[in-house]
Amino acid sequence: MSDFFTEAVLIATVAGGIRLAVPLLLAALGETFGQRSGVLNLGVDGIMLLGAFTGYYTVLKTGNVWYGLLAGIAIGIVLGLASSLISVTLQAEQGISGIGVYLFGLGMSDLLFQRLVGTPVPITKFPKIDIPGLSDIPWLGGMFFSHSVVVYLAFLSVPVAMFIINKTNFGMNIRAVGENPEAADSLGVSVSRVRYATVTIGGTLAGAAGAALAIDLGIFQQNLTNAQGFIAIALVYFGAWRPLGVMAGALLYGFVNSLVLQFKTLGIIPQSWSDIAAMAPAIITILALVIVARRFRAPSALTKPFTRGT
Amino acid sequence: MSRNAWIWLGVAAAALLVIIIVAVSGGDDETTETTVAAETTTTAEETTTTAGETTTTVEGETTTTAAETTTTAAAAEPIRIAIVAPSASNDLAFTQSIVDAVNVIEGEREVAEVAVTDGTFVVDDAAAAIRDYAASGFDLVIAHGSQYGGSLQEIAPDFPETTFAWGTAADTFGLSNVFAYEAASDEGGYVMGVLGAALTETGTIGIVGPVEVGDAKLYVDGYKAGAEANDSGVTVNINYTGSFSDVALASEAAQAHAAAGADIMTGTAQMVVGAVGVAADQGIPWFGTQANQTSLAPEIVVASQVYKWEIVLRQILDDMAAGTLGGSVYVIDLANEGLAIEYNDGFALSAEVKALGDQAIADIIAGAVEPTG
Repeated sequence: MSDFFTEAVLIATVAGGIRLAVPLLLAALGETFGQRSGVLNLGVDGIMLLGAFTGYYTVLKTGNVWYGLLAGIAIGIVLGLASSLISVTLQAEQGISGIGVYLFGLGMSDLLFQRLVGTPVPITKFPKIDIPGLSDIPWLGGMFFSHSVVVYLAFLSVPVAMFIINKTNFGMNIRAVGENPEAADSLGVSVSRVRYATVTIGGTLAGAAGAALAIDLGIFQQNLTNAQGFIAIALVYFGAWRPLGVMAGALLYGFVNSLVLQFKTLGIIPQSWSDIAAMAPAIITILALVIVARRFRAPSALTKPFTRGT
Repeated sequence: MSRNAWIWLGVAAAALLVIIIVAVSGGDDETTETTVAAETTTTAEETTTTAGETTTTVEGETTTTAAETTTTAAAAEPIRIAIVAPSASNDLAFTQSIVDAVNVIEGEREVAEVAVTDGTFVVDDAAAAIRDYAASGFDLVIAHGSQYGGSLQEIAPDFPETTFAWGTAADTFGLSNVFAYEAASDEGGYVMGVLGAALTETGTIGIVGPVEVGDAKLYVDGYKAGAEANDSGVTVNINYTGSFSDVALASEAAQAHAAAGADIMTGTAQMVVGAVGVAADQGIPWFGTQANQTSLAPEIVVASQVYKWEIVLRQILDDMAAGTLGGSVYVIDLANEGLAIEYNDGFALSAEVKALGDQAIADIIAGAVEPTG
C-alpha cells in the first residue's frame, strides 16, 4: 500500500480519473439538456461512436485536431436533429427509437472505419497544456493543471450549462417544457422548438464527447466508446438532472476506475480479484444512484411526447 | 421555422447519411484486396526466415505435412470457409490473426469462398452467424472466440456434415464434427519476457491484460516467467482491465504502469491499441502479441509474437479431406512455427539481447524450458 502514496502514483491516479471522466461529462451534460426538456435519448452512445469516428478520420486526413473536434460536433448536430425528428416530430417511443440510433451509430461507425481506414492507424492527439503558474504546484499541478486542452474545455462547459439552464429565458423554457409542456405551450413557448434545440445540444455534446475520446486516445477501434454513452445517461439520473451533480457523477466514476487500475497495477488488489474489481465503478455508481434518486424527482414530462390540445 | 421545415431538414439529414453509406460501401474492394495481398506476402517472407533460423526434425515433419497437404488439396473439391470472430478483421490482434491465416490458405488451396462475420462481440449474434453459415452449406465454419463454445455445442450436432473449428479452446465437447485449436502463447510470451527483462533499466515491467482467461492469461503468465527467469529481481506488474474492448481503460492501465515505474510494457487483446499509444507518448518499449503491432508505433515496438493459424487450418483441412470432420485439438507453438517472433527492424535491439531471445526460442523448442511449467 505504501507504493500507492507516492507523488507519481497519486498524480497519475487523480489525473487518470479526470481523463476518464471527460467523455462521460460531455455526453451527460448534453443529455441533461434533453432530459430537462422531457426527452430521453438512449442513442447517446451511437452518436458518440459516430462523433469518435468522424473526429478520428478528420484528424487522420488533415492532421488537425481542431478540425477533428469540429467534425465530431458537426455529425453530432446532424444526429441530434435526426433524433429530434424521431422523438419530437414523429413522436416515436423514446426508449426504442434511442436504441435504434445507438445501433445505427455502432454499425455505421464500424462500417465507415472498415471501409475508409481498415487497420488502426495512430493519429495526432490533443496538445497537453500546462497552466502557467498552476502546473508547477507540487502534486496538485500534475493532478489538475497539466492536461490536454479538451479536459479544460469539458469542465468549463459545466458552468456554461448551469448558466444556460438556470439563468436564461431559454433555460426557463427548457425547465417549463420538461415539467409541464401544456402550461408552457399555453404561455406561447414552442415545446417542439425547445425540444429540438435541447436534443440537438445533446447530440452536439455527444459528438464532441466521442471526438474528444478518439483524439485523446489517438486511435479508433470498433465500439470505441464501450457503452460510455449509456453510463452517461445513468449519470444524468445520478446528478439529479443538474450539471454540477452530473460532473460529480462523472468524476466519481472516473476516479473509482482510475483507483482500481492503480490498485491492480501495484498488486494491492490481488490478480485473482481483477475481474470482480473491474465491476467496482459500475457498482459504486449504481449504489450512489439509488441513494441520490430517492431524494430527487425526474422532470415530470420525461419520455412523454407532447401533442397540442391533448 | 415551421413544422414542415423541420421535417424536411430531418429528411435531408437522413438522406445525407444514406448517401454516405452508399458512397462508402462501393468501390473500396480493390483497396482491401491490395492490403490483404501485401500482408500475405510479408507473412510468407517472414515465415521463411524463421524456418531458416530453426532447423529441427520437428520442422522437417511439418514441412512434409504441408507438401502432402498441397497434393491432397489439388485433388479435393473447392471448399467454402466461414469465419465468425468477435472484433474487427483488421484489429492488429486476435481476429486479424485468423483472417490472415485464411488468406494464406486461400492462396495455397482450392477455396471457393471465404466469408467473414466480424465484430460479433455479442455471443447471440455470433451464434446466429455460425448457424447461418452451416445452413448455407459452408464446409468449414470457424468460431474464433472462446466465448462461442456454448453456442457451438448446441449448433454443431444439427449439422453433422459441416466441420466446425473453435478457438481458442482445448475441448471438442466429444463431438465428431468439432475441432478445437489454441495457441501456446506462453511460449512467445516467455521469449519476450526474457527480452524485456534484459532491456529494463528501472527493473519494472508493466503488462496490460483483458480478462484472466485463455491465451491472454497464457501470454501474461509466460511473459512474467520469462522476465523472472532472466532476472529474478525484476518486478512484473500485471493489470487485467476486465475488458477485451475498453481502449480507454487499457490506456489508463498503461498510464498506471508508467507511474509505477515501468519502462517496458506489453499487453494482449484488441484493446491494447490504447496502451500502445501511451507507451509511444512516453518512449517506453512495447512487446506485441497475436499480430505484428509494429505499425501502431514503429519507434517503440521491439517485437511481436504473431499467430499463424494456417498451421492448424492445414491440419484441419487435411483431416477433412481424409473424411474426418472433427474430434481433435490442435495447438500452434514455436516448434511447429505456428508462433513466430517478428522483430521490428526499426527498433535498435542489440545483438546480445536478441541472442537471449533466440536462445529462449531454441530452449523451448528443445523442451529444455517449459514457459509456465
